Amino acid sequence: MLGAGVVCGNTWPTPAEATLSGPGPGTAQRGQKIYQQTCLACHQADAGGVPGMTPPLQKSPYVQGPSVKLIGIVLNGLNDGVEIDGESYSNPMPPFGAALKDQEIADVLTYLRNHFGNKAGPINVKQVSQIRLGLKK
Amino acid sequence: MKKINIYGVLVLVIIAASSFKFAYRYPPKSALKLPGGFQVQVIADSLGAARHLAVTGNGLIYVKLAKLKNGKGIIVLRDLKGDGSAYKKTGFGNYIGTGIYIKDGWLYASSNTDIYRYRLNEKGEVIDTAHAEKIVTGLLDRHEHNSKSIVLDNNGFLYVNVGAYSNACQLQDRAQGSPGISPCPILDSAAGIWQFRTDKDGQTYGDGVHYATGLRNVVGLDWNNDMDQLFVMQHGRDQLFQLDPKLYDAKQGAELPAETMYALRNGDNAGWPYVYYDQFQKKKIVSPEYGGDGRKTGGENAIDPVAAYPGHMAPDGLVFYTGTMFPEKYRHGAFIAFHGSWNRAPEKQKGYFVVFQPFKNGKPDGNWEVFADNFAGSDNISSPGQALHRPCGLAQGPDGALYVSDDAKGTIYRITYDAR
Repeated sequence: MLGAGVVCGNTWPTPAEATLSGPGPGTAQRGQKIYQQTCLACHQADAGGVPGMTPPLQKSPYVQGPSVKLIGIVLNGLNDGVEIDGESYSNPMPPFGAALKDQEIADVLTYLRNHFGNKAGPINVKQVSQIRLGLKK
Repeated sequence: MKKINIYGVLVLVIIAASSFKFAYRYPPKSALKLPGGFQVQVIADSLGAARHLAVTGNGLIYVKLAKLKNGKGIIVLRDLKGDGSAYKKTGFGNYIGTGIYIKDGWLYASSNTDIYRYRLNEKGEVIDTAHAEKIVTGLLDRHEHNSKSIVLDNNGFLYVNVGAYSNACQLQDRAQGSPGISPCPILDSAAGIWQFRTDKDGQTYGDGVHYATGLRNVVGLDWNNDMDQLFVMQHGRDQLFQLDPKLYDAKQGAELPAETMYALRNGDNAGWPYVYYDQFQKKKIVSPEYGGDGRKTGGENAIDPVAAYPGHMAPDGLVFYTGTMFPEKYRHGAFIAFHGSWNRAPEKQKGYFVVFQPFKNGKPDGNWEVFADNFAGSDNISSPGQALHRPCGLAQGPDGALYVSDDAKGTIYRITYDAR
């Protein structure tokens, strides 16, 4: 599988530059860039999604919900027919576990949890790594 | 003095409330942009996910909803005064869906798995709304591309689309680097058109004819009486750029592949998922998931489209104009409702309009043109959620008026022509 870097022309900092405990300097910029390069095509520039097809990420119960579930969706994808506020969404989300590094997933989720009307705590690389390791067991 | 003030406030509240109601029920007529001589009326709104619609010979309008409205999945609109100024709204049917069609005294409607029919009386009313005949059952619904569009021919057969539960038949749907499955297993029970009898209950796949294959997802379809032939609009595949950035840039991903119109015969194959239609090269190109490089041609056994349109605009409605109200050039031509794109991001989105495709001798003849525009309320839509309205269904009234449904807000438009 091709890495996200191939899509994007990889220029963002290495994981070592971010702290493990919280959003380090540049997290929002890195997260925004990953959003634009990896997520935007389906979830759209304003994170409004596509009615009936792709769920919105604005004020999202998934984005603001438990980090374990959220990280799992990015790593594993989702093909359950999501329903939010009585609206259902039909398109599946592919897994991004192979395309995105743990730090990239932490950055983009931290960015999402502080943008588009979402208010939830940051996600760090350690949380992502733990869940990825758990998946492999 | 105090009393007068209260009355004053009351009067103001009443005026405010009534003017609000008026403005709400009848949005500005200038909202849609039409060619000279055409007028548009909003005859209903706030129906929600109004998908396809059908009109009886007496002018009763049936609208199929993809989300229940007050527990109803089919809305009936009755013109109370005969001049389109006031409509009575009723409803029945407790299932969601897209397809609805009227033929020879029967109303046909689909859920995402089944097809029902209801007997109509001479006034075009459903005689028994509580008891439908379930004529087809068990069609596949795996979320993606699950709507079932229906149309009838003149010989007692019904045609239904079953969309592919996939974008490009990859091992992992929509995942970068995931190969196409060969042969594509989806083609046995989806990504095609099935033909069923209209007068037999409880038909399943085995009772029908697998009429056409290799059609990723068809939402707009209609029977062309000049050719006595089924015409369909395919939604072309998504994400060439996102899935293969080495082969396609963002602009190519936004433009390719074409949305395509096919004239079908029994046994036709339109080529999905192995090929897609490139409207610039005017060729069937091998999909990258099946070894394509953006230039290699394929699909030698697959049919070519009869017309092609820019990528991702999502043709959800198709109707051949057989009326005489509209000027000569529109007669026998096709109207196509383009629901509007999402997969042109990061480019600006496109569509959100009704197009006219001229026809001559049963074949597309000449360039398509935008007929009804500005459903979205703006030329600058970057995300489909920003669109105020999204055209989905099309139907012709007995007087030749064109009806358009919007599944974003549930507005129903009636477009008429008067040169005066």
